[in-house]
Amino acid sequence: MPHADYVIAILLLLVGLYGMLARSNLVWKLIAMSFLQVAVIVFFVALAAKSGAGPPITGKEATPLARDYVNPLPHALMLTAIVVGVSTTGLGLALLLRIHRAYDTLEEAELLRRMRE
Amino acid sequence: MTAHLPILIVVLPLAGAVLAPVVGLVSERVLRGLTLGVLLLAQLSALAALGVALEGGPWRYELGGWAPPWGIEYVVDPLGGGMAVLVSFMALVTAIHAARRLGGATGFATGVHHALYLLLTAGLLGIVVTGDAFNLYVFLEMSALGAYALLAGGGDRAAVAVFRYLLLGTIAAAFYLLGIGHLYAVTGTLNLADLAARLPAADPGVVATALALIVVGLAIKIAIFPLHGWLPDAYTYAPTAMVSFVASVVSKVGAYVLLRFLFFVIEAPGATGRALDLLAAAAAIGIVAASVMAVAQDDLRRMLAYSSVAQMGYIVLGLGLGNATALTGALLHVVNHAVLKACLFMAAGNLLLQTGTARLAGCAGIARRLPLTMAAFAIAALSMIGLPPAGGFFSKWYLILGALEQGATLYVAAILAGSLLTAVYLFRVLERAYFRSPEQAATPPPPSVASLAARAGEAPRSMLLPVLLLALVVLGLGVFNQALVESVLRPALAGMGR
Repeated sequence: MPHADYVIAILLLLVGLYGMLARSNLVWKLIAMSFLQVAVIVFFVALAAKSGAGPPITGKEATPLARDYVNPLPHALMLTAIVVGVSTTGLGLALLLRIHRAYDTLEEAELLRRMRE
Repeated sequence: MTAHLPILIVVLPLAGAVLAPVVGLVSERVLRGLTLGVLLLAQLSALAALGVALEGGPWRYELGGWAPPWGIEYVVDPLGGGMAVLVSFMALVTAIHAARRLGGATGFATGVHHALYLLLTAGLLGIVVTGDAFNLYVFLEMSALGAYALLAGGGDRAAVAVFRYLLLGTIAAAFYLLGIGHLYAVTGTLNLADLAARLPAADPGVVATALALIVVGLAIKIAIFPLHGWLPDAYTYAPTAMVSFVASVVSKVGAYVLLRFLFFVIEAPGATGRALDLLAAAAAIGIVAASVMAVAQDDLRRMLAYSSVAQMGYIVLGLGLGNATALTGALLHVVNHAVLKACLFMAAGNLLLQTGTARLAGCAGIARRLPLTMAAFAIAALSMIGLPPAGGFFSKWYLILGALEQGATLYVAAILAGSLLTAVYLFRVLERAYFRSPEQAATPPPPSVASLAARAGEAPRSMLLPVLLLALVVLGLGVFNQALVESVLRPALAGMGR
């Protein structure tokens, strides 16, 4: 299948967005958020790919050609994006911990009911 | 040192953030000195860099000596430099106001609070000085993480509200990053100036997709109607000292990024025009709808939160109209609203601290007990309504002129209707504060609050002076608005506009 990598990125994106909107459990929402972030990472890695290219480590040839190597820049960017993703997920989990301690539930409907009391 | 001013604007608060938890273990007094010190130095660096940019054009600074477009560059132009001055000034004033509230149970916890605040500030300053689209994303998320953590400090309800903010903020950031990915795919560059040069030759379909992703992402971050769902709860339950900063500058920096991409980076004939029309329409509806919601609130903080959505609508309407006059009005409102909304939220915070309630009913006769705080509140309120000589009048004036230039009478109507509604909800506060005596209050305060209410009089000096200073700045922005427009805003826009 051509461009299977982009199709996977789009599917992950849709699964993530759907989960964040439709799931009623806050932990599921956070997991769906990770799907969304991974979708972006897959998209960038797919951008960097070239058929028949190897890892971007030069030195053997006298004149290295760009077509022989995958683009390393999107990979470097995504390393940073992964760090950002870990931080947001960590903060999200910390918030969930506090919400659970205070209201003893992570189901959205139940949570809203207990907040009104 | 002066050769490195653009990077110092960001590095100083960042270094402060790293040091703060350790310094917190030693002494809280030193910690406060550290925070105020780095913010003051960042403010001076921003002022100096802006001065250079106004005299000799944009100051381009290559990080680590790598020439752009390969390396990351920081660019202090009149627009970014002006925003840096605004952000660092508001950060400094808020830090003074919040110094007593940025505390934790232990010295280390207090240090972490300061570190988060400095991280948030460093992120915002990074956004306005960076010349690199991905670097901007990193700063966007850095400031967002700082904002989430600080806003969550307001109790259990705040945690729930901030969790929703975190989910939507992450969707927004993912959209922005996908948009940047599309731009990189067709140009092979992430440098904003380089992008601007290469995009006209790129595939218009991809550029339009990127524009849509970036605009929607930023619209969520700025909380443009109807994407503002996360904002009212987050602003209501969070500590008011932090809300005053977030409401004042975080949303403004988002508007700056939108302005930067729509007018300085992405040139997509047709697509840009449609995006601007859509933004203007959403903003105009938002001005009226959010103002109506603000009228319906009986909690001062929630009222100010809805009013923030409405006032951001004015800024986005200015961007959407897109001619030079409207853009001037939008930028002027960025400055005016940043100062006046911080003043209003700080005054509300002082009120809450001294009376134990932020309900409108609790405001009855409050002007007699907190005359200075309420005077500042009144000045900022008049500015937001748009009465001269306060600054808010002039930004709305430019916006109306811009709308008339476009022949958009409906938008003029929305601006005026918004101003009238603003007058309605703010006079509800002022009328209670100045013309009713506490005995006439609709509901007596609950007993737990009554003990607090005994704490009559003004808030401590460190919380009162920043409010008064901001009220003076609100007036100053009105009196000197011509000078501000001529000397900073016109060079910042540099003939931009459709």
